[in-house]
Amino acid sequence: MKPAPFVHHAPRTLDEAVAVLAEVGHDGKVLAGGQSLIPMLSMRLAAPAHLVDINGVAGLDSLTVDGGYVRVGATVRHRGVERSEEGYAVLPLLRQALLNVAHPAIRNRGTTVGSIAHADAAGEMPSIAVLTDAVIEVRGPQGSREIAAGEFFTGPLETELAADELVTAVRFGRFAPGTRTGFVESARRSGDYAMAGVGVALTAAEGTVTAARASFVSVTDVPDVLDLTPVLAGASAGDIASRSDDLVTAVREHVAPEGDIHATADYRRMLAAELTRRLVAEVMSR
Amino acid sequence: MTTKMFGAPIKRREDPRLVTGGGRYLDDLGHTAYEAAFVRSPHAHARIVDIDVTDALETPGLVGIWTHEDLDGPVGENLPLLIPHPALIAPATGFALAKDEVNHVGEAIVLVVAENRYAAEDAVARIRVDYDFLPVVVGLETARTAANLVHDHAPGNISAHLLQEVGDVETAMAGAPHRLSLDLAIERSACMPMEGKGVYARWDTDAEHLTLWSSTQTSTGVRAAVAARLGLPLAKVDCITPDVGGGFGVKIMHPWPEEVLIPWAARLLGHDVKWTEDRREHFISSAHERGQLQEVEVGFDDEGRVLALDVKFWHDNGAYTPYGIIVPIITATQLLGPYKPGAYRVEFWSMFTNTVLVTPYRGAGRPQGCFAMERTMDAIADYLGVDRAEVRSRNFILPEEMPYDHGLMFQDGRPLKYDSGDFPASLAKLKALVGWDDFAPYREQAASEGRRVGLGIGCYVEGTGVGPYEGAHVVIETSGRVNVATGLTTQGQGHQTAFAQIVADELGVPIETVHVTTGDTRRMAYAVGTFASRAAVMSGNAIALAARAAKAKALKIAADALEVSEDDLEIIDGVIGVKGLPEASMPIGTTAVLSNPLRYAFDEAAKAATQFAGTFDPDKPPVADDEEPGLEGKDFYSPTQATFANGMHAAIVETDPVTAEIKILRYCVIHDCGTMINPMIVEGQVHGGVAQGVGGALYERMVYDEFGQLLNASFMDFLIPYASEVPHVEADHLETPSPLNPLGIKGAGEAGCIPVSAVIASAIEDAEGFPITSMPISPGDLWELRQQHDRGELPSLRRTTAESAKEKS
Repeated sequence: MKPAPFVHHAPRTLDEAVAVLAEVGHDGKVLAGGQSLIPMLSMRLAAPAHLVDINGVAGLDSLTVDGGYVRVGATVRHRGVERSEEGYAVLPLLRQALLNVAHPAIRNRGTTVGSIAHADAAGEMPSIAVLTDAVIEVRGPQGSREIAAGEFFTGPLETELAADELVTAVRFGRFAPGTRTGFVESARRSGDYAMAGVGVALTAAEGTVTAARASFVSVTDVPDVLDLTPVLAGASAGDIASRSDDLVTAVREHVAPEGDIHATADYRRMLAAELTRRLVAEVMSR
Repeated sequence: MTTKMFGAPIKRREDPRLVTGGGRYLDDLGHTAYEAAFVRSPHAHARIVDIDVTDALETPGLVGIWTHEDLDGPVGENLPLLIPHPALIAPATGFALAKDEVNHVGEAIVLVVAENRYAAEDAVARIRVDYDFLPVVVGLETARTAANLVHDHAPGNISAHLLQEVGDVETAMAGAPHRLSLDLAIERSACMPMEGKGVYARWDTDAEHLTLWSSTQTSTGVRAAVAARLGLPLAKVDCITPDVGGGFGVKIMHPWPEEVLIPWAARLLGHDVKWTEDRREHFISSAHERGQLQEVEVGFDDEGRVLALDVKFWHDNGAYTPYGIIVPIITATQLLGPYKPGAYRVEFWSMFTNTVLVTPYRGAGRPQGCFAMERTMDAIADYLGVDRAEVRSRNFILPEEMPYDHGLMFQDGRPLKYDSGDFPASLAKLKALVGWDDFAPYREQAASEGRRVGLGIGCYVEGTGVGPYEGAHVVIETSGRVNVATGLTTQGQGHQTAFAQIVADELGVPIETVHVTTGDTRRMAYAVGTFASRAAVMSGNAIALAARAAKAKALKIAADALEVSEDDLEIIDGVIGVKGLPEASMPIGTTAVLSNPLRYAFDEAAKAATQFAGTFDPDKPPVADDEEPGLEGKDFYSPTQATFANGMHAAIVETDPVTAEIKILRYCVIHDCGTMINPMIVEGQVHGGVAQGVGGALYERMVYDEFGQLLNASFMDFLIPYASEVPHVEADHLETPSPLNPLGIKGAGEAGCIPVSAVIASAIEDAEGFPITSMPISPGDLWELRQQHDRGELPSLRRTTAESAKEKS
């Protein structure tokens, strides 16, 4: 469990980082928190010849709230996002989801942006990115561009990102006024990859749902949003239970889980639907 | 008066060092050593056609590459069969490096030594091995069909077959008013110590001497094995066990291939060599345990008393049998627990599969046996509509029946004869602790809230402290420092504390002056090892005996010097004094000075002792004929049989009515390990055991595919419970001292994990209302079972059917 040899690059500026990435191309891999990459290197499941370590790159380590977004830089740790009072005040969903990301020791090193760039459908933050209509800020040899989260994820561990591009930040979108959010998942052990997980955003006016959306963890091959407005519109805390059957059906039809050694596809489908039902009831009851 | 140490719940003296990074584990040694890595078979069953190392030879930092054909003499022979048995009809052991054929994924084929582990792994990646594939046998069902064979010399894939019978089971079964049969299964798990195995060898070319460090549970065993394989005199091999980060059984197996190869390479290279096992290696190249299929038939009377018990089981021993059939023998005998069936027959087949080998893991076959017996007890109770605890108590061996001889042969080849225990008292304590008789209203209350809860119980008896012996050497220095050496090893049990407590009381010295050394063959050449819950029983008693010998000598010397009778002396806080005469006294260290006639006044103690030197008799030698210089005591403890500890656990679980998630709400333990040296350490052992038991019940399984690939060989996918998954353990003790040893001790190390699968199955069954026959169980498994039950493929418990009939009427 020792990595194959690699060249470690430690650029100090974004321009340097992008230049190195352009030079090493497909032989390179960006190292941020390393919580997925380093185990893969150690098990020799990946053997990139170059690691471009962006931890020393200036200007990537801040979380800011501006306008309609919470903007998270590429080297901000999960723990930093989780504990940001500023971020929590405008987008509590970030903390609600991050508390489910592995354990504190991993959140202390792992980065939220890195998790999104890694694009594991069992990761919480890609799911949160689509649920919040996040914008992925990317820098490459041709300059900067922005990709909507809904278009960023193209497959399991696959994204729109080119080999010579670097995600510099993610802007998570704030919800409309009157929106309440929640996140829940079920894992075999606390902190494990979830068998199924779900985040919801319910917008209500005068106690009645006007818009509702959900996104999932571990039960879709790419994170995407399920619009629950048709199912939940007009519901109130008092009569939300009457929507349960339709809600469960909607989730069951939306998700497409695969079975593995921890849970079958059928179990995960049931779990995703039940977790959503309970989460919606819980969020409505607040 | 000196504070009594024996029995005091004092904190472990080693913990400040261990928890602040002061431990020295195998990988903390040998920073300048070369490091080894292995090419291990990626296939479960194949013939090795060719090994091509050409590409690897250019690897920077490479030192050497060896395959089986390079191994000379005994190093290249089959590894030893440690524990033969007449029933082991087709034993098989592997080679240090595979010869011609591999029989499981992970089997070592090529040894690579390089300047560091990185370079060694680089070279490993460049070695190409060609294979001819052979049919793969995975799982007991497949092994039993014997469509393919793991070893040609083992027809039916059977390595061993053993039948033991007490009484006439056939007649008793035929005459029993009621009969039930159960099909049961337990899956594989493994010890998974935090520290894997590791070996570090240093060869002194000038002295032709090997010093070997191994993360083992037996330094004397490793020493003897390595000396034999390398053709070295025992006197030229020392084996030292550094701090060991857990063993749980896997490190009592020896010699591991690496324990032979690393010293062999060190001698060949004239350079230190080290191998530190990584986690993947530990998963696929060490050992697993637990996998069994069981068929139970039981005949019983209207009261639920077992008249006949007929058990057949199949035990998955993996690809090789170096540790013999200890595990299934323990299952077969310890299955009986605290009960006395009228007649008992047990028959097992130990089966080869193309999987990593199977050797004892904490509990060592007992969790499986307990599962069979306790599932049977629950089935009888349900059948008769009798309380589950009541059925158990009707089958108990009673205190007045002790010692109780089952008429079977135990793992040590000696009679299975219980020495002590008060099972009715233990059960009464457990019922009070868990609130057994108040559970029905609690269940009703929960049900009214839409919650599903269940209560489970499990009882066991554990033979502990098997022989043949352990020894101890106690040396008191002139400063009063007490050095204690015992040969068995320490892998986290708190021996520095518990053994010192014994010595402090026996000698009457402050515990701070007592220093314990374990697992160092330079200090104690004869020893067995730390396994089978035997350290406290075996070394604890040996240490007490050795300390008593040293004390007797100290008192004799002091009596001479102070011109009083030994009977008038006492030792308090390290000072020998005359009872009632405070001024007539001497430190125990002074008697150490006096014990040695060569008395250069190097230190204050020696100077002080001169006042007691007295006059000598010119006709007598300075050391009397029946004496030795020095203040020492050495003794061995060798019991005639094992001593039997016992315990009873109960749990309350909650299962989610929709998602089938399983939560342990309460976990209660009554534990009887006889006299306790340190109740805090005993409780720690119980807690750790329960944690491992919970792993085996709810989380851990070895997921092999049909090709013999272990699909979850990492801590990401092999689910050891975190602290967040382990319930708070409520423990209480019953102390029925063992009459077999001077200290009244019974072993405690394995106890906690033994009944957990049985208890959790019992509780889930109680919550769900249909039988649970296979463990471990995940939420997904339980969810599937519910659907089978809904489809009518799984019967309801009789008590559930009765309840619903009552509700309807």
